[in-house]
Amino acid sequence: MTREGMTRELRSLVVINGGIGDPSSSRRLADKIARDTVAQLAARNVDASIRAIDLGPLAGEIAHAIVSGFPAGALLDAISELARADGVIVATPVYKAGISGLFKSFIDILDDDLLVATPVVLTATAGTARHALVVDDQLRPLFAYMRALSVPTSLFAAPEDWADPSLSRRSRRAAMELAALVAGRVGASMAEAGWDGYQHSFGSQAVHRGVQIDGDVVDLDTDLMRRATGGI
Amino acid sequence: MQFGVFSVSDITADPTTGRTPSEAERIDAVVRIAQKTEEVGLDVFAIGEHHNPPFFSSSPTTLLAHIAALTSRIILSTSVTLITTNDPVRIAEEYAMAQHLAKGRLDLTLGRGNTVPVYPWFGQDIRQGLPLALDNYNLLHRLWREDVVDWEGQFRSALQGFTSTPRPLDDVPPFVWHGSIRTPETAEQAAYYGNGFFANNLFAPNGHFARLVHFYRERFEHYGHGTKEQAIVGLGGQAFISKRSQDAFDTFRPYFDAAPVYDHSVPLERWAEASPLSVGSPQQVIDKTLEFREFFGDYQRQLWIMDHSGMPLEMVLDQLDLLGAEVVPVLRKEMAARRAPGVAEAPTHASLVRARYGDGEVRQPRPNANRGDNVTGTSPYRDSDPARPAVYPVLR
Repeated sequence: MTREGMTRELRSLVVINGGIGDPSSSRRLADKIARDTVAQLAARNVDASIRAIDLGPLAGEIAHAIVSGFPAGALLDAISELARADGVIVATPVYKAGISGLFKSFIDILDDDLLVATPVVLTATAGTARHALVVDDQLRPLFAYMRALSVPTSLFAAPEDWADPSLSRRSRRAAMELAALVAGRVGASMAEAGWDGYQHSFGSQAVHRGVQIDGDVVDLDTDLMRRATGGI
Repeated sequence: MQFGVFSVSDITADPTTGRTPSEAERIDAVVRIAQKTEEVGLDVFAIGEHHNPPFFSSSPTTLLAHIAALTSRIILSTSVTLITTNDPVRIAEEYAMAQHLAKGRLDLTLGRGNTVPVYPWFGQDIRQGLPLALDNYNLLHRLWREDVVDWEGQFRSALQGFTSTPRPLDDVPPFVWHGSIRTPETAEQAAYYGNGFFANNLFAPNGHFARLVHFYRERFEHYGHGTKEQAIVGLGGQAFISKRSQDAFDTFRPYFDAAPVYDHSVPLERWAEASPLSVGSPQQVIDKTLEFREFFGDYQRQLWIMDHSGMPLEMVLDQLDLLGAEVVPVLRKEMAARRAPGVAEAPTHASLVRARYGDGEVRQPRPNANRGDNVTGTSPYRDSDPARPAVYPVLR
C-alpha cells in the first residue's frame, strides 16, 4: 500500500457495518461520516478511498471462524482490507441493550494487533434514545482492548436524531478528528516508532509499514528466542 | 520420501455400533496396525503420548520397542513425545534404549502437548510451557552428544558429571523432529540444531502452516545446515479412502461426526475440500497430498491418521491396504518426478551414521570399570574425550 503519493496522498478508509437491514441505518450513519471525512481530507490535499465491509453477508463465515478459529474466503479478504486501513469507521445496531452479537463476533476473530494505533470513529444506532450510552460503554472499551486510536467524538443515532441538524454537526466533528489523525499520520507514526512494543502473534494478519507480519519479520531478539538457540 | 501413519491412541466407541473397545483390545489393535504398516510397504509408524483416558499411550517407548521386535523394516516414531512434562534425562535414557533394541529404526517428534491438566500431574506449570520445552531440549541435545554433562537450567535440578546411558546406538542420536503448529520459537530451535520440523497439518485450512514451515526453512539456511530447500520437513494429515469417492464419504461420516476435534458447524464435504483432511477415492487422496507440496515445498515425511474416532480394526487394516497398494506407490513416483534437485533425503539411522563417520570406524562406547562407588572416574568410557573430564560432586 502506497502511503506517500507522488503529488497528492491516497489514504484508505474502511467502514465496518454491523447493520443488517437494506438500507441499514448503521451503514447510513457510517457512510455519512466517511463522506465527511473524505471532504475534510480533500481540504488537506489528501485523497481517500472508502471501502465498506457489511457484516450481514459474512455472517456464516464469521460464525464458522468463531468455532473453527480460522477465517476463510470473503471474510479473510475483508480482514486483510481492514488491516491495511488508514482510518476506520465502525457502526453497530443496538440489540437488547448492547452492541450486535454479529459485530462483536467479527471483532472477536481479529488478531489482537490488527488495529494497533489505527484511528477509529465509534458509532451505533438504535430504536430508542435510551441506548445512547452503548457506544461509550461498550464500543470504547472494546477498541481500547484492540489498542486502536478511537477519536474523542462518538456518534449515536436514535430515530429522532435523523431529523436533528446536530447529528450532522457531530458527524462533521468526528470526521474532522479522524481526518486530522489520518492526514497527520498520527497512528502510522506511533506504529512505526513503537511496533515492537506491542504484543504480536505469529501468523497475525496485522500489517506494519505496508508489510504483513510474516516469517521474515519474527522478532528474534527475545529471551525465548535466545533459549531456543541453546541459551538460558 | 517416507510415508506412514500416526495414531493419537484414542479409545473411542464405534459410532456405528456403540461398542467401546477395552484398553487391552485397543492396545493389541494398535500393535497389529503397526505390523500392517510394514506389511503394506509403508515406512513409518508413530504413536502419541497421553496421560489421561480415553487414551492408552502413556509409555511410547515400551510400545515401540515391542513393535520393533515384531517388525524388521519400518521406522518407529512418536506423535508426539512430551518435551514439557517428561524429564529430558528420562527421554534421553528411554529413547536411546529403544533405539538400540530397534537397531536404529527409531526417531521421535517432540511437542508441548495440548492437554492443559497434564502439567501439574508431573509437577510442571503450563504458564512456563514454552521456556520449559526449549530448555528441556537444549539439555536432551547435549545428553545424547556428550558423554559427561554438567548442566544448570531454570526448571530441573542441576546435573554434575552426569552420563546418560546407554549412549545412543553407534553414538548417533535418534533423529529429532520438532512438532509445532503456531510457535516460531520451536521452529527456530529445530533450525538452530539442524533438526527436522513437523506440522501436524490437521484441523486448519489448506496451507495454514506454510508460514511456519517457511520460517523454519529460512532459519535452517541461516544456521548453515544447508539451503532452505534442504531443510527436513514432515507433515501430518488424515485420510479415509474407498474405491468409490461417495463410499468414502458415506463410510467415514459417522466417524467424522463423532470426532470432537472437528468444527461440526462445517460439513464434512467442506472439511475435505478446504482442509488437509483427505476423503475419497485413491486418486482424490493422491491429488490432495500432491497439493501439500505446493504449499510447503518438497518434504521428507508424510504421515496420516488412519485409526481415529472408533474405527474398528478391520476397517483400519482395509484402509492401510488401500493406502499401501493404491495411494503411496503413485505418490512415491509423482513426488520423485516433481522433486527439485538437491532436496534432502529423509533421515535414517544409516544415513546419519554415514554422515557422521563416512567410511571411518563407528564408535562403540565401552565403559570404564566401576570404581566401586557407582561413579567411574574422570572418564566414564574408555575413549571419552580426556580434554573434557567429568567434574563430580565431592563424595564423603
